[in-house]
Formats: sequence, C-alpha cells, structure tokens
Amino acid sequence: MQVTVKLFASFRDNRFREKGMSFSEGTTVIDIIRLLEINPAEVGVTMINFRHCQQEQVVAADDIVAIFPMIGGG
Amino acid sequence: MSKLQTSIEDVPEQWMGLGGRGLTSTIVATEVEPTCHPLGRRNKLVFAPGLLSGTTAANSGRLSCGAKSPLTGTIKESNAGGTSAQMFAKLGVKALIIEGLPEDTSKWYSLHIGELGITIREESETLGKGNYEAIQMLNARLGEKIGVLAVGPAGEMQMSGANISVKDPGSRIRSCGRGGLGAVMGSKRVKFISIEPTKNKVALADADAFRAANKVFTNAILSHPITEGLAQYGTDVLVNIINEAGGLPTRNFTSGQFAGHEAISGETMHDTIVERGGQPKHNCHPGCVIRCSQIYNDIKNEYKTSGFEYETIWALGADCCIDDLDDVAEADRIMDDLGIDSIETPVAFGVAMEAGVLEFGDGKEVCRILREEIGKGTPLGRIIGNGAASVGKAFGITRVPVVKGQAIPAYDPRSIKGIGVTYATSTQGADHTMGYAIATNILGVGGSVDPLSKDGQIELSRNLQIATAAIDSTGMCLFIAFAALDDEKCLPSLIDMINARFGITLTADDVTSLGMNILKIEHNFNLAAGFTNKDDRLPEFFKDEPIAPHNAIWDFSDEELDSFWNF
Repeated sequence: MQVTVKLFASFRDNRFREKGMSFSEGTTVIDIIRLLEINPAEVGVTMINFRHCQQEQVVAADDIVAIFPMIGGG
Repeated sequence: MSKLQTSIEDVPEQWMGLGGRGLTSTIVATEVEPTCHPLGRRNKLVFAPGLLSGTTAANSGRLSCGAKSPLTGTIKESNAGGTSAQMFAKLGVKALIIEGLPEDTSKWYSLHIGELGITIREESETLGKGNYEAIQMLNARLGEKIGVLAVGPAGEMQMSGANISVKDPGSRIRSCGRGGLGAVMGSKRVKFISIEPTKNKVALADADAFRAANKVFTNAILSHPITEGLAQYGTDVLVNIINEAGGLPTRNFTSGQFAGHEAISGETMHDTIVERGGQPKHNCHPGCVIRCSQIYNDIKNEYKTSGFEYETIWALGADCCIDDLDDVAEADRIMDDLGIDSIETPVAFGVAMEAGVLEFGDGKEVCRILREEIGKGTPLGRIIGNGAASVGKAFGITRVPVVKGQAIPAYDPRSIKGIGVTYATSTQGADHTMGYAIATNILGVGGSVDPLSKDGQIELSRNLQIATAAIDSTGMCLFIAFAALDDEKCLPSLIDMINARFGITLTADDVTSLGMNILKIEHNFNLAAGFTNKDDRLPEFFKDEPIAPHNAIWDFSDEELDSFWNF
C-alpha cells in the first residue's frame, strides 16, 4: 500500500521532505521511523492525516504520516 | 509629566517581593482609575525589571511594561528582551512610573536615568524618526552602551497598535509589542527613555547558593530538546507543525492550512539565512542561552531584520497569504521601525484584505501601506494602525478575529481548543503567551491534551495562565517553560535562585499563589473598568464557520468558559 511520509526540521537532513512510500499491511508509525533510521526517542510528535497519533498506530493505504522532532516556539 | 518633575521613592514594603508583571499590574491596579481614558492624564505607564533581572541567571533579561491598554481597555502587561531590564536592575530601579501629561502637548521629552537619578529633557532631534535611525542617533549622542526604550512614529501618533521598542545588544530592536503601550508613552509626550550603563552589581543574599541553583537551571534549559530546535530554526519552526495539525489560520481565518506554508517555514528561513550569510542563532538579551532570535539578510546578503518571529510570519504569510519570506521580512522591518505591533497590524491587514482594501497575497502593497499610509498617519493608515477591530468597524466586516479588541494570534481556536480558552479568558485580550496551551495540545510538552476535544482544556489554560503570571514576574523568558513543564529540576532551581537573591524562603506553593494573585488583581481591574464575563467570549463566527481540514467549530458554552475563574 502507498503512504505519504513527511519529515520536518532536523529529520529532513540527509533524508527528504515528503515522499510516497510503499509498505506492507500492518506497518506501524514506529516501523517507518526505524526504517528511516530515526531514533524513536528523538521523535516529539507523530500525526496521521493531521491528527496526533501514537507511534504504535498501524497505517492504512493513502495515509499521510508526519514525523516531527521535539520542537517548540510561540 | 504634568509638572515635568521627577521623584525617587522607596519601595513600599508590600511590593518588595514583586517584580516584572506582578509589580506593573499591582501598581496599575493600585494607582490607575480603571475607568480612565488610556491616553488621558489619569493613566500611568510602568516599567519593571523582573525579580532576577540584572543577575547572572540565564534568560532573566525581560522587561515588563504595564498600563491600561488603549487597544483593549483592560489592564496590560507586555514584556521584551533587550538590555534595559538588566540596566534598570543594576541601577537599583525596581520600577519606573510615568504619570500625568504635559500641559503643552506640542513639546516632546526624553527621560534619562543614571546613578545620579532621573532627569526630563525636551527632545526634538529624534521626533518623527523611525526606531532604527533614532537608536543610531542616541548611540552617537549618549554612547553605544546606552540603554534605550523608544516609541516610533506609530507611538508618536498614538495608534492603538503602537509598541515600545527596546534596544538589544546589537543596537537593534525588541518590542513590548502588544496592547498599544507605545500610544500611552506617546500620549505622555515621551519619545524615549535612556538608561546609563553602570558598574554596579545586583546584590545577592547568598552568592554560592545562587551560583549552584543557576547551574542546575541552565542545564535544565540547555538539555531540553526544544532548546536546540529553537536555536536552529527560531520560533518559525512552528509553521509546519501548526499547519499539519490544521490550526494555522489562513486567509483571514477561513482555513486551517496554508498552501504556501513551506515557503514561510522555519526550515526555509534557516536555509535562507545560512545561504545569505546571516545568523540562525542570536540572543535578544545578554545571558540568554536559548538564542531563538536570528539575523535575516536580504538577497544582497545585507541585514534586513532580526527577532523574526513565528507569529509575525504567520500573520503576514498564512493570514494575509503572502508566500514570499523576503516580502514578509521587509514588512517586519518596517513595523519595527514604525514601532507598531507585528501581530496586531498584519491581522488588521488580513481584515482589510477581506474588505477589498488590497488583495490577499500582495506583500508589496502591504509594505507600501506601512510606509506611506501608517508611517505618515493618513486616514487609511490610522484605521489599520489602530488594529484589526478598527478595520472591521471601518469597513463593515464581521469576520474580525479579536477578543477584547486585541487580534487573535497564530493558532486557530476551533482546531486547537486549549488556546481558545486562553484567548477568551485572558485578562489582556487574545494573547497566546498568557497561557500557551499549544505546548500540551500540539507539541507534547507537559503531557498531552487532544487539541480537538474540549476535555481538560479549561483546567489546562487555568494552570498555564497562573504559572505564566508567576514566570512573567521573574524577568525570565517564557521559553524556560518548556523545560519547567518537563524537567523536575527546573522550577525548584528557579525558586532557589529567587531565594538566594533575596534571602527568603519561597516554596512552589508560594509561586502558585503569586500567579493566582496576579491574575485576580488584573481581573478585578477589568471588572472595575466595566468588563463582565460576557467579554470572555470569542467572536461569533468561530461558532458558525467550521474550519478545514477538521471542520472544527468553537463549541464551549458560556458556563464552561465562566468556570475558568473558579479558583
């Protein structure tokens, strides 16, 4: 199945901004994080289709997965 | 200013434990008639450094400024970095209170504060000048190390969006931005306040304990992961995450996502700054270890602006649909130079765009109006310079994003409900910094509360507003709150520093009580000024117009909002 993966801030370094990727059924957000060689402990926020999600959440076809490091401002 | 006299008074015993916002709000509530005209002789303008300002405590260089606001009609405190807070504290100045109005309103004045006291002088040279030029003139006249608080042309013209500019270590500009305090300073015919450098040091009751606590505190801030991101990308790192969450108000609050978000994002800003030889990391006051400010150069690699903040970039970018960071930077520079709030003014432009005064996305026209209409005080310039509510009234627009007359900043309250509670109930009109629920609704700091659910939001906003009122009294930058919410060593070390500074024994409960008291003092001032619980509401369009992508609406009942004050 096809999923759009978006990365932000320092996670883009030597990776990408947005990419269509193919995964097998049952893939979770943390599987994607590990596949991209991102340390899960450095992940601040994950979202699927603009909603916050747990790293253990299973992704579905055509989902948009967003992965952010810990960031803040205001 | 009525008699052009100065006096130096001892600090009343009951105010000794106060600083920053706690002190400005207490003085305003005690000495200003709540029903007075904000630009009349009965209003007072108060400056106060924080409890820890002037010490070596990391990030303690914020200066609070308070008065009754001409924008909101409420009590107001606005704080900024720069060099003035530390200079005031080292001179032993607990607060500066400016009261009365000169009888002859054709004359302007400056105030000069040094070891020998305070003097009032007539001023002409800097009148009509923008802040950048005025600061250079004052450096030449009084020396490079002089501290400066100034109003630009917007403050001279008493526009409700006028701010007070604070000179930073690079002779550039930080701002006490919100609520039109520059208009209050202009009403008193004070163009600038200069502060002499001194070799005096702030006394510490227990220097060793202070040093030890400061070490723990600094480590807590430096080791928090958000600190690193703030330095690299600035506050503008928020554009993409708020957009992704569907909370980035776009095209005068008609959508929660902006198609041009990447062009104005912190990631793009960082790459642009590096490419043009600017500085991604920059501190707004000596002793800041977070360094979220930056130097943004233009296409010729020459300085354009600094302190280029998320809220400003959001307002011009998403809300006005300007997807060109250079146009946004140009507008930011002009606003700093005119001395006008870079949240209120772009939100006012968004309303003007809806009214057809100019097209959405027309950054060049925004810059022209800033220079030629607001800068010169034309009728259109004054309508926009008086803020978003003023534009809505002048042009018959009903989608006007304000609470108590102050523009709603960069987070949509329909899709991030916790911040909506803060906008509605804040004692100072819509202001994200009063209780930054974004931390817990979006960023996963201090726990996690679903941004689209009402559950837990009133309590979250209340706790944050109480804590913020206390932090705003210490002289600390609010960005220490990320570490304070997540690192159990942070807040105790901050309290240890206050205790070591003054030789007292404050506890965490005392600090919470201080925050509660400040909120109640401010709330009571507003009630006496004529505000009621009916003013603690968002504009009705937030209830009527669902916002994409979540089709969220504002759905708090009046009773739920009123329960905020149950403490």
